[in-house]
Amino acid sequence: MTTTSQSGAAHPAAPSSDRAFLLGLYQRIVLIREFEERVKFLFLEGTMPGTIHQCQGQEATAVGVCAALQAGDYITSTFRGHGHALAKGLSVQELLDELYGATTGCCKGKGGSMHMGNMDKGMVPGIAIVAGGIPLAAGMALAFKLQKKPQVVACFFGDGAVAEGAFHEGVNMAAIWNLPVVLVCENNLYGASTHIGKVMKNPKISDRAASYGFRGETVDGNDVLAVLAAAQRAVEECRAGKGPVLLELLTYRRTGHSRRDACHYQPKDEREAWFARDPITRFAEVLLARPDVKQADLDAIKAKIEAEIQTAVVNAQQAPQPTLANLTEDVFA
Amino acid sequence: MKRQGIAEALRDGIAEEMTRDSSVFCIGEDIGVPGGWGGAFTVTLGLSDKFPGRIIDTPIAELGFTGMAVGAAMMGMRPIADMQYGDFLFLASDQLINNAAKMRYMSGGTIKVPMVMRAPIGATGRGSQHAQSMERYFTGVPGLKVVAVSTAYDAKGILKAAVRDDNPVMIFEHKLLYGSKGARAEPGAVDATSDIPEEDYVVPLDRAVVRRDGQHVTILGWLLMAHFAAQAAEQLAKEGIEAEVIDVRSLSPIDYDTIGASIRKTGRVIIVEEGPKTGGVSAEIAAGIMEHCGESLQAPVVRVASPDVPVPFSPILENAYRPDVARIVAAARNLTQS
Ligand SMILES: Cc1ncc(C[n+]2csc(CCOP(=O)(O)OP(=O)(O)O)c2C)c(N)n1
Ligand SMILES: [Mg+2]
Repeated sequence: MTTTSQSGAAHPAAPSSDRAFLLGLYQRIVLIREFEERVKFLFLEGTMPGTIHQCQGQEATAVGVCAALQAGDYITSTFRGHGHALAKGLSVQELLDELYGATTGCCKGKGGSMHMGNMDKGMVPGIAIVAGGIPLAAGMALAFKLQKKPQVVACFFGDGAVAEGAFHEGVNMAAIWNLPVVLVCENNLYGASTHIGKVMKNPKISDRAASYGFRGETVDGNDVLAVLAAAQRAVEECRAGKGPVLLELLTYRRTGHSRRDACHYQPKDEREAWFARDPITRFAEVLLARPDVKQADLDAIKAKIEAEIQTAVVNAQQAPQPTLANLTEDVFA
Repeated sequence: MKRQGIAEALRDGIAEEMTRDSSVFCIGEDIGVPGGWGGAFTVTLGLSDKFPGRIIDTPIAELGFTGMAVGAAMMGMRPIADMQYGDFLFLASDQLINNAAKMRYMSGGTIKVPMVMRAPIGATGRGSQHAQSMERYFTGVPGLKVVAVSTAYDAKGILKAAVRDDNPVMIFEHKLLYGSKGARAEPGAVDATSDIPEEDYVVPLDRAVVRRDGQHVTILGWLLMAHFAAQAAEQLAKEGIEAEVIDVRSLSPIDYDTIGASIRKTGRVIIVEEGPKTGGVSAEIAAGIMEHCGESLQAPVVRVASPDVPVPFSPILENAYRPDVARIVAAARNLTQS
């Protein structure tokens, strides 16, 4: 694995030694995992409609990046956006309601799993067209620059997006105009069923940045503190007018690409190697090495999350469904 | 004879054409990955073992691989391009519309572009960007042939005709009609299986087909709507209304001989379209009907289509978006009473 960043070393300005802050990060990571596992169950059980793209195994990328952002900053996301949404502060309830197509969902049931978002919380609804969010995020960053606002936008996309024309066009313009966009590539080695080795001659995605004249780095995406540190550096540079920055976060999707995909294209040894690098167990080890964190603290966090999700599921299954009048609303501003 | 669904029939059709003609190859995303799905709807499942090197998996690069299909076709190959979801045709449309469709004309008739683009459409619980009825954007592009397949028999015959055609042909398929199996099975799928002959056959790219005879009203549809129209006709028959159901099938060009013959008989027509009413293919068909056989109409043309909104996610809204049997039946009742 090519990891060029200093693993685990948080940025000096980060309150990374702060117990409450660290447990907060842990809470978010576990929340995403538990949420996704519950959604998978509900989907397979047949009570949840639609399709799903999940992020088990990739929780640290979303949490690390979003923890480096401030209120007023935005993220753009993809079809695989449940984790991004929870990391950015959307509630379990508004996401579950959306997945059930309820009017109380974050997009009133009109978006669904692939289009999770809430502008009040700084998240553009997921763009399900691969790479479609990249020029969009660059455009948001252009607005911030023109408006002389200090905001940044973190743009999440996968390794697969790098092959699209939209990547090149959006990234190049972000570069020439020094736009405040953190380009966050979650490299999970696969685009759908296709391994990156089949579709890139140079699999080191962060190298792309140099060809556009800006900085890129590859980071262990399953180490939440390494992601946080890299994201903090990137955000700071962007705010200082030295954007964009490309972060390649190496991670792995533990679950299917979508729906009932059994991942037969992922070799067993590769899966096992990555499962051994799970972001939750690794971060738990870091935390438990501290004298002030006990296993019971972590267990309590998980128990609280389970209860929260349980309540939210019950609510979501009874949440108000749209009526025909809603069909033609929201087309125009 | 064997009973097959659309995905299987397309798979066999592709395999037979690849065996017959070494210039045929497939190109697209996730179509030949070992352990993968054979494309999003299993159409190319197993073909990469049979035809090593000729089922080409691409990066996620629709503009790129479509342009490469055009270029390869110009150099004598016969590519079958696979668009994972029809919605991504927007990314590929420059190559399709500006290059593939115009190359013959711009070159003064010297260049051939014998390529096929296959694309699934239809609202299926995936939300706004994996749901659109894309055929409307390509019908009426001079230089493109556009067809829509609603049965396994047609799918295989049309695929073969398209591969052998010397022009760019777009084949639209519906996610609920593939009959994809296993983990790729679609909830809400509709049976589109056919008895498939053992021998080679083609289905012409420019003919509609009458699916059911009737004298009171003509109902036109394609893809899923052809099935819903047929189901509606069965219900209507119980009420004494005999609907003639035509699967339009060829969207560019449109077969006004078949459509006109029916309307001259029934004097009434309903066009059913999945997709927003405004600017849809049904608008073109309605105008064409006025020109070809408008004098035979005893009542104005009726369209049953989706409202002018993006495809919503929520199942309740999506079901309201997609025209259904009940709406077709109601429209036919109204029209035959007028
Ligand atoms: C333009 C476009 N092409 C193809 C797809 C179908 N598709 C959805 S996700 C996906 C793979 C994306 O891979 P990657 O960008 O690495 O993201 P990941 O799924 O690994 O999160 C593909 C091919 C799409 N949604 N949009
Ligand atoms: Mg990926």
